[in-house]
Amino acid sequence: MGEFWEFVLAPVLIFESWQFGMEVVISGLLAGVMYSLVALGFVLIYKASGMFNFAQGVLVLFAALNLAGFIGLGIPIPLAILLTIGVMILFAIVVEYLILRHLVNQEQIILFMATIGLAFFLSAFGETIWGSDVKKLDVGIPQGRFEPFGIQIQYLELTAGAVAAALVTVLAIFFNKTKIGRALRAVADDHQAALSVGINLRTIWIIVWAVSGIVALVAGTMWGAKSGVQFSLSEIALKALPVLILGGFESIPGAIIGGLIIGLGEKLAEVGWGPYVGGAIEDWFAYILAMVFLVFRPQGLFGEKIIERV
Amino acid sequence: MRLKGLTLGLAAAVAATGIAAPAVQAADSQYFPLLTYRTGPYAPNGIPFANGTIDYFNYVNLKHGGVNGVKLVWEECETAYNTKKGVECFERLKGKGATVVYPNSTGITYKLIPNAPKDKVVILSSGYGRTDASDGRVFPWVFTAPTTYWSQASAFIKYIGAQEGGMDKLKGKKIALIYHNSAYGKEPIRTLNLLARKLGYKLTTLAVNHPGQEQKATWLQIRRDRPDWILLWGWGVMNQVAIKEAINTGFNLERMIGVWWSGAETDVVPSGAAAKGYKAGTFHAAGGDFPLFHDIKKVVYGAGKGFKDGEKYIGQVLWNRGILTGVITTEAMRNAQKKFGVKRVNGDQMRWGFENLNLTESRLAELGLKGFTKGIKITCADHEGNGPVLIQQWDGKKWNIISDFISPMQEVVRPLIEKSAAAYAKANKITPRKC
Repeated sequence: MGEFWEFVLAPVLIFESWQFGMEVVISGLLAGVMYSLVALGFVLIYKASGMFNFAQGVLVLFAALNLAGFIGLGIPIPLAILLTIGVMILFAIVVEYLILRHLVNQEQIILFMATIGLAFFLSAFGETIWGSDVKKLDVGIPQGRFEPFGIQIQYLELTAGAVAAALVTVLAIFFNKTKIGRALRAVADDHQAALSVGINLRTIWIIVWAVSGIVALVAGTMWGAKSGVQFSLSEIALKALPVLILGGFESIPGAIIGGLIIGLGEKLAEVGWGPYVGGAIEDWFAYILAMVFLVFRPQGLFGEKIIERV
Repeated sequence: MRLKGLTLGLAAAVAATGIAAPAVQAADSQYFPLLTYRTGPYAPNGIPFANGTIDYFNYVNLKHGGVNGVKLVWEECETAYNTKKGVECFERLKGKGATVVYPNSTGITYKLIPNAPKDKVVILSSGYGRTDASDGRVFPWVFTAPTTYWSQASAFIKYIGAQEGGMDKLKGKKIALIYHNSAYGKEPIRTLNLLARKLGYKLTTLAVNHPGQEQKATWLQIRRDRPDWILLWGWGVMNQVAIKEAINTGFNLERMIGVWWSGAETDVVPSGAAAKGYKAGTFHAAGGDFPLFHDIKKVVYGAGKGFKDGEKYIGQVLWNRGILTGVITTEAMRNAQKKFGVKRVNGDQMRWGFENLNLTESRLAELGLKGFTKGIKITCADHEGNGPVLIQQWDGKKWNIISDFISPMQEVVRPLIEKSAAAYAKANKITPRKC
């Protein structure tokens, strides 16, 4: 095989050792699940309000900071989790009271800019309350690995996969089978129409921001268990963006499938092609992959195609 | 719950013991602009480092009334470890009487170097920045003492050779460099490649993009290549994740050595005891058992003049490094005062003070730092000094020095420095000084 074909087929040649190939596949899929956990928070808010929440990454950080902070104060883990959920609900109420209620029916760009401001505030607020030190976050997620058939799998990633599956199931039921869920979807379609049929917009926004905050807590816990809780955690949102582009901004299954495709695609690319081109290609490769999908399906794999009659 | 961040700024003011930077510098004071980062993703590294230098300045003022009676005054400017902000900070503060600046970032260092001769401000980049700036003939205003990345890379190879039973045993060994994909992270590649050709080991380089929160693909390649040793050239969260991944993939941490910016307490916090065995380079001691540190506790913190919650950093790796920056500066200033017979020194005089610094081990002992670092002797041509490197190891609770001072391979590093500096001089039309 010539050098050219060796390069082209590099991601496939990984499977010359099937155990290593499977390790790349499994690691890629499980890394993708970790991205999906972050992407889900974006999807929830976009689905219910048509708003792209720039602050979602900081929300992940803020939730993890509170949890690590409460645990650091000696509060038992279950109570610390409950307290953090309480903080996230309180935060949702404050956001609705101070920001969202004043922006009903505004252009999406106005809502987007409001979340930019929120992101900067929340980041500084978290730092003010809890300090800048790196915090260990141990909520009992098993560390280490096991190796069935010589394929290495890490417990943390496996746990993240299980948690994501459970989370998606709960969210799917919530959105599709409950009255509040249907109301959320109605609000997403048209604020004014939803108001006219008696849906309380303010309550809906509080609920969706609170749920998004709890999803952020789950994502922050998983990522924080890996790297410790620190301010770069907010930058994890950048890993969720290609997932959203690919999966669609308003689809929960899209966030999961998108995450899996991105995770697998970038790992195959990095391990396969990376050594030929100096490495560190996975970040931009994820965006390239997402853009390829965008060209053929602008609304994303699972996004709703918007048809506006003029 | 602590209003820590809010109080940090106030504490900084308090720590300044009321010596706020004056608009016009008084004759009995020496002004220092401090480009620090207490916010953003790299704040956990920036805070102890900044505190170390300020605690030392504060101590010198409180204990000795300044340097030969000249009070040290300073002003912090927040860079968030951002090059653009750092340059803005320097431009804003340099006119207030600055004679020395610590860029505290390789990126900022690169930006400040070209104008240094015009600004007449010494750039002290201890253990970071441009390695080739150690050639004082081309870079008269830049000082890299006590050591540089290239020296460190060669010292690491010497250490690995010793661990393997001799330099000849390196032939055929596999060494992986996991590096921050930036100018900083790429610094050692040239030296390591040169040594690979010379000594016969196989070098694999694995880049990790900022911030380094996700490194799965990198560690899959480690699993595939199974290197004998890993060198980690990381920063911020990249370090914590790399160490965690090494643990989770089962790599022997005894064979993983971090650059000195990958070897602080903050880097091993998420892994804690599980990171036991991980090693890192350094150029000074770890821990707080030095007479100077005890005195700082008494004189600065005992008098309530230190940072709120700042005492916890005393003896931490990066705080110690901040102390060393303060010591090198004040000793250079003392040198200049003596030579020129002045109280407050200007930029040219300060530069002379640095260039003729001979910080001996007996002087270190006088300062309460016996054994803290090796003596530093700077010359006109060599702005790096002796450049020795230590290896420290995490025992699950604290860092311990586990090696003697390792002299870098000067026969390899110095020609590289001179060649690179000459290329810089040619490109920038600089006529090197005769030393």
